[in-house]
Amino acid sequence: MSRHMQGFGGRFKPQANLVTLAQLKDGQSGTVVEIQGGRRMTDRLNALGIMPGKKITKTSAMLMRGPVTVEVDRVEVAIGFGMASRLVVRPDHVP
Amino acid sequence: MTRLLLMGNPNVGKSALFSRLTGVKAIVSNYPGTTINYTRGYMKLGGETAEVIDAPGTYTLEPTSEAEEIALKLLGSGDIVINVVNAINLERNLYLTLQLLERGIPVVVALNLWDDTKHRGVDIDLEKLRQLLGVPVIPTVAITGQGIKELVENIPRATSPRRPPATRDQRWATIGSIIEQVQRIHHRHHTWRERLEDASVKPVSGGFIALAILAAAFFVVRFIGEGLINYVLDPLFNTLWAPVILKLSQLMGGAGFLHDMVVGKIIGGELNFVESFGLLTSGFYVPLGVVLPYIVAFYLVLGILEDTGYLPRLAVLMDTILHRLGLHGYAIIPNLLGLGCNVPAILATRILESKRERFIAATLISIAVPCAALQAMIFGLVGARGLGYVAIVYGTLFVVWIILGFILNRTVKGFSPELLIEIPPYRLPPWRMVLQKLWLRAYGFLAEAIPIILGAILVINVLYILGVFDAIANFTAPVVTGLLGLPKEAVTALVIGFLRKDVALGMLAPLALTSGQLVVGSVVLAMLFPCIATFVVMFRELGAVNMLKAVGVMIVAALVTGGILNLIL
Repeated sequence: MSRHMQGFGGRFKPQANLVTLAQLKDGQSGTVVEIQGGRRMTDRLNALGIMPGKKITKTSAMLMRGPVTVEVDRVEVAIGFGMASRLVVRPDHVP
Repeated sequence: MTRLLLMGNPNVGKSALFSRLTGVKAIVSNYPGTTINYTRGYMKLGGETAEVIDAPGTYTLEPTSEAEEIALKLLGSGDIVINVVNAINLERNLYLTLQLLERGIPVVVALNLWDDTKHRGVDIDLEKLRQLLGVPVIPTVAITGQGIKELVENIPRATSPRRPPATRDQRWATIGSIIEQVQRIHHRHHTWRERLEDASVKPVSGGFIALAILAAAFFVVRFIGEGLINYVLDPLFNTLWAPVILKLSQLMGGAGFLHDMVVGKIIGGELNFVESFGLLTSGFYVPLGVVLPYIVAFYLVLGILEDTGYLPRLAVLMDTILHRLGLHGYAIIPNLLGLGCNVPAILATRILESKRERFIAATLISIAVPCAALQAMIFGLVGARGLGYVAIVYGTLFVVWIILGFILNRTVKGFSPELLIEIPPYRLPPWRMVLQKLWLRAYGFLAEAIPIILGAILVINVLYILGVFDAIANFTAPVVTGLLGLPKEAVTALVIGFLRKDVALGMLAPLALTSGQLVVGSVVLAMLFPCIATFVVMFRELGAVNMLKAVGVMIVAALVTGGILNLIL
């Protein structure tokens, strides 16, 4: 799955059943599928408990490409819009 | 001497635990990144004295910020690590624990925030966890002191199971298996607190909440500050101190260099504590009678905001705006601290990830964020001409903050990283902590400010006598009078601003300025040259080259802003 998506220059291409965290709707839950970023971004997200396989719930998103907040393991984390656009999620219910 | 290191993820209660163990008061807040340097204390351990170090929080031993680098460096010098772990979020915290266990350093785990596990629906099998980690695991509540005795008893039992070095994936796999065996989660319904937490980070409701909180904070600071001045300190100074000073003035003959130095100038038998510039008059009245009330009021409100956990949410709301200024949302915390004092604010820029962000944040703080001491004087002097003028001063500084940040973002090379922060749950501020923190900060202000203020007054008197001020005034008159529209003597305030801004603003008082001139003077004084303490910390944190760049920006910005204000007003 991950190799399949890397072919698009790191940019997420719409695909059945998968969205980015930025596209996920407020209040919706999903499972992290892939972090499309470098080692540093992956490390920083992992440190906050965000990694493939993790269940996350999007709490809110600020306007104008502002940060997205998610709940992961009972902890609230705020993620910048750019990072949220590179976090691929499988929503629990197809939107 | 045995050296104990307190290590753990940010915002798990290391500093609270440190205070419990050592009795040394440390600043404790409810947001990640409160401790940006280490604090040292001592405790009794089995009849001997042991050194305890409170390290900045870190998620991993691969640092991503300067504060985390400090934590890593400390690790090499410790004998035993007290690994403070958040019991609510064991999984993420265990990553650092495993890394520590691989280091071969003896570890004891303090499972902190234990009281939260019950109502958050988290069940942890302690015995199993001890067995799997191979080190003592002690549940603690640092804020109330629960479990501290057991923790201390178990420090000598700290061991290192010497886990073999593992890769990132292996560690996460190990953690997954540990969590499966020791942790059970119960489903709970959403509580009111969680609804409020969600509402605080949604665009519309969050915006209203932020406006309400900031407005309330402003009015409470002003209410407490003015209240203390009008009903406590002014009566004290006027009824108790003034008669003593007038008597002393008589004894000293009412004039002369020594008289003016100690008592200050007394014009027409009237004692003016701000304008007399004597060591015993202005020297005490400015720090105690004008500034201290606002310091107390500001830090009380800031402490409450810090401890409820609101600030990281404000960071989320401000993120989009701060990105335009080359920063991200979390930079709001150093900027807010700057409204108290620029020195801790510039130190707090260590929570930002890149050098570029730190430069922009420190420059903006030192230019456009007035400290509480200066603000107190602005309210006192400019406020006497009408609150509208105070609003002009604040409005101007805010516009400068925005425009300057925008320019710096366009001109400073590189780009700023994105926001990625943990948002702690709301909690009621522990009052003991709030008051302890307030005491620490107010005491810190008095200990640092009073000697410098007295020194500044000494310098002012000597320079007046020597005629140095007249020479400077004549030399700088084209800029001060021509560009800023101020009397040439106003330059003395700008010079003394290098020592203390509060005393400096006081020097504008006897010049009989128009309200417009007072506004120009206040704004230029706020922007031009940070006080010497800020200079030193900028030099240390940014290095000589970047500090000089910041100073260059500062001079240009202050003169341009002052010139424009002079044209408008």
